[in-house]
Amino acid sequence: MTGALTELARTFAMLSLVSIGGINVLLPEIQRQVVDVHGWMTDAAFAHTFAIASAAPGPNVIVVSLIGWQVAGLPGLLVATIAIMTPSCLLAFVAARALGRWSGNKAVAILRDALVPVGLGLMLASGVAMMRNVDHDMVTVAISLATAAFVIFSRRNPLWALGAGTVTNIITLHIR
Amino acid sequence: MQHNDPSRSVGKIELFLGFLKIGLLGFGGVGPWVRHVIVEERRWLTDQEFAEILGAGQILPGPNTTNAAVFVGDRFQGPLGVLACLLGMMAMPLVIVTSLAVVYDRVASIPEVNAGLTGAAAAAAGLVLGTALKMIRNIRPGPVAWLVIAVGFAAVAVLGWPLVPVVIVLVLVAIGLAMLRRPA
Repeated sequence: MTGALTELARTFAMLSLVSIGGINVLLPEIQRQVVDVHGWMTDAAFAHTFAIASAAPGPNVIVVSLIGWQVAGLPGLLVATIAIMTPSCLLAFVAARALGRWSGNKAVAILRDALVPVGLGLMLASGVAMMRNVDHDMVTVAISLATAAFVIFSRRNPLWALGAGTVTNIITLHIR
Repeated sequence: MQHNDPSRSVGKIELFLGFLKIGLLGFGGVGPWVRHVIVEERRWLTDQEFAEILGAGQILPGPNTTNAAVFVGDRFQGPLGVLACLLGMMAMPLVIVTSLAVVYDRVASIPEVNAGLTGAAAAAAGLVLGTALKMIRNIRPGPVAWLVIAVGFAAVAVLGWPLVPVVIVLVLVAIGLAMLRRPA
């Protein structure tokens, strides 16, 4: 048990430092570590775990928490969560302080100008990548596009669109 | 650009509750919800300030939303604010996801359950896309910024190039272009 906890901590703390672009980008590597390197679960069990994590609200990082839970119960959940978050959060903290301290500096202003469009382009790309993973028929494509339009043109809570998407896909289940 | 505007102060409990809401609402990832709650609903930050935080969060390793939580927490309340944001964002999702894991085995074979999950996931994808487009509309990028947005999008989403080298090259190019516009 302690051995598994140490391995969970080591594995996810290392992955935390290379996870540029977030957890979704890292998923293939997480799967390799969890299934092939450590043999903690089968490919099927990993897919199952990912489906559950996607169905729950919250940051994508909870898939790592759930892996910890499946491997070693509550201690596993806590260790995996803390391991995947601490290194990157410490780095973000240092970066936030540095950007704040030199906020009047011209170099930081240039960095900010540069980062904004990079971030926007990647966010667009991640929306399209998510659509590719999920949208396998006209109904789901329509749900995605309608939700995007709702967000752009309405200030209402997007949960309305999520609820509508869920209900629409259930209702159309039997007429496809 | 206004930074550390003293007229906007956000307490630790407000931060905790704001991120608790973000965590609870965050189906399909919390990115869009961070913007909805922080920019649209509570007006802690402008779209421009939020885009800067998001951009920095994306080139740093780690989930970009936890990075954003670190930036927002530290900006208003220092290290304790960071803890308030992170605990708020993670608390409920962790309880919910473990509960789901316990009941999932019993309901996974019901077609309506799977259809509902797929529908929610499709809407979540649209949510990310729509949020990005809305931020672009509100920020009104200049021609150079448009170019960077388009190249980053095309490289990752259309050409399927690996993310890390794309981000590194794109950031360097974007810095170069920004320096041309604002000579030091």
